[in-house]
Amino acid sequence: MQQTVEFHDRADRALHNPQIRSNFRYAMDGLMYKRKLSFPDLDELNRLRLRSAEIRANALVNLPELLEQLERRCNENGIQVHWAESVEEANAIVLGIMNRHNAKLLIKGKSMVSEEMELNRYLEQHGIECLESDLGEYILQLAGEPPSHIVAPAIHKSRQQIAQLFKEKFPEIPYTDDVDTLTRNARQILRRKFYDAPVGLSGVNFAVAETGTICLVENEGNGRMCTTVPPVHIAVTGIEKVVEKLSDIPPLLSILPRSATGQHITTYFNMITSPRKPDEKDGPDEVHLVLLDNGRSRIYRDEELIATLRCIRCGACMNHCPVYTRIGGHAYGTTIPGPIGSILEPQKAGLDRHGDLPTASTLCGACGEVCPVRIPIPELLNRLRFERVRQDHTGVTIGQGSQRNPWEARIWKGWSWMHANPAIYRLSIRIATGLRRLLPKRLGAWTRVRSAPRLAAKSLHTLAREKGFDHE
Amino acid sequence: MSDARSNILSRLRAGKPDIAATAAPTQVPLAKWDPRGRIEQFRGKMESVRAEVHLTPRDSWLALLQRLVDEKQISNLLYAPDGPLGEALSQAWKNRDHSPLICRTEAVDEWKEELFFNVGGAVTTCRWGIAETGTLVLWPTREEPRSFSLVPPVHIAVLEARDIYDTFADLVEKEKWNQGMPTNALLISGPSKTADIEQTLAYGVHGPVELIIIVITDES
Repeated sequence: MQQTVEFHDRADRALHNPQIRSNFRYAMDGLMYKRKLSFPDLDELNRLRLRSAEIRANALVNLPELLEQLERRCNENGIQVHWAESVEEANAIVLGIMNRHNAKLLIKGKSMVSEEMELNRYLEQHGIECLESDLGEYILQLAGEPPSHIVAPAIHKSRQQIAQLFKEKFPEIPYTDDVDTLTRNARQILRRKFYDAPVGLSGVNFAVAETGTICLVENEGNGRMCTTVPPVHIAVTGIEKVVEKLSDIPPLLSILPRSATGQHITTYFNMITSPRKPDEKDGPDEVHLVLLDNGRSRIYRDEELIATLRCIRCGACMNHCPVYTRIGGHAYGTTIPGPIGSILEPQKAGLDRHGDLPTASTLCGACGEVCPVRIPIPELLNRLRFERVRQDHTGVTIGQGSQRNPWEARIWKGWSWMHANPAIYRLSIRIATGLRRLLPKRLGAWTRVRSAPRLAAKSLHTLAREKGFDHE
Repeated sequence: MSDARSNILSRLRAGKPDIAATAAPTQVPLAKWDPRGRIEQFRGKMESVRAEVHLTPRDSWLALLQRLVDEKQISNLLYAPDGPLGEALSQAWKNRDHSPLICRTEAVDEWKEELFFNVGGAVTTCRWGIAETGTLVLWPTREEPRSFSLVPPVHIAVLEARDIYDTFADLVEKEKWNQGMPTNALLISGPSKTADIEQTLAYGVHGPVELIIIVITDES
């Protein structure tokens, strides 16, 4: 229940913060508009969504075999594959690699799985410096904040806030709030770090089982730097990111950047299939791939909830979510915010911890409509609302039934009993319409911003009968 | 560690959903262009992300390159002496006394400092282009390593017009990528950019600030 209170508090604070409200409104309006422009042909969009959903769903159907194939191909190519059941194991694997190379600095490309692992904090406890190199992530690292959006992590910050931050951290650089100059300054600061870093880390957008290829989508070039310049490259990924064939990649690459930011393609699409070969002149000598489970194999067991694992992390669902746009990413208190976070995170950490997130939705359906891999997010939100109160302990979700309130349960039991007994039902309706004037004008939070609903003098049944409708 | 592997795999096997794989995949029609339209599509998309595209007949690409190097005041130009352009470049630069060519054939580790801080630009070939998205496709080689198209502030790419495919899907299929992937395959669509500050586009974050493409056509 602790987390629940925190979520409401954070949401309340965000709603009262005009800076957050306007930063998100402005950014989400822009992202929705750009996405729309990038799909001028609706028939193409529909086909592409169907195809992408099929590719991801088929990969999940054969997930254990594909993971084995991926491992086999990677081994043949010289990429070392590691398996981790939990974030603790994944962190220990990364630390082990760092220690083997006596490395004290890790330069990182953007990786939501490393956020899930809280890798930076873990490595820093072991005396290793982690440096984010994606501009947005770098800004947040300077500010000591987590990302608030999975594609545009610093979207909650204004230019002036960022300029102020740079001034505090780098007093020797003249103050500027010009975006180009800020960007150029970050380039200068990080260049030396790319040069120095003994180990680079990246996430994975897609892992191709057929060829053992790791694919990375990015615009800045920091991902290429992290995977090209340091002598060791570590890629961390969830086990669900695998696809079967190389020919599955073009449709996914076509739909991902357009759904995310409305770009027709990102600046770089980086496909890595092996470490540096003996006669090659650059690239890392070692490439490691860490496959993280952390609850994914549990989600996998439910035939409806498994669709959660299709996600390709484009962020379109949050860009289009009326709740996310108002409360921002931090209010969720999870690695992944927004509608996808509201179905993924409670399944990972348990409904007892994040049981309120499935209710942070108006069920307007926008998230499901824009999802490039057709995850039925509204249905899954509803399903988790059921899971959080159901008591039969047959499902796979952790914390099932944890938000059950005995009073609420009794009321609903009575409600369903009433509706299953025609005589009782008719009697209750007659009492309710008869006593309708006794309904108070103030109904707590509901009437703070709305007028109280009034019961009609005649029920719909009565009206229909008067109009001559019979029972059928 | 092998425990983690078998535990994960056995959990997945035990929970395998009873869903059949899709038998007939949805067909997504692929865009097509004629040779002239293909180049125009390529150029349009590239220019929309602030890359420069210059078309040139085969016999004048070197003169064009030298003019661009002068106009941009590129201090020196990294090239691959053993690469496909090596011979032609060293010939063309014989009588020039400014913006010299830099030729390094050792592993990059040996001259990393120079690569990071003293190179003005680099020229490379491209294996293919993609018209639909305005994309260069590089399979870096021993002669033309990965960092050439990444570290210097200006990347000049030389592309044969006949190597431009309509779509990525078409390229992957026709060139049979699934039969053998290189160490690193790269799709490059414009200079490095970011929109991380207030969604405002800024170019030249960590990769090249400028991307210049010379497309060699066989028509005059």
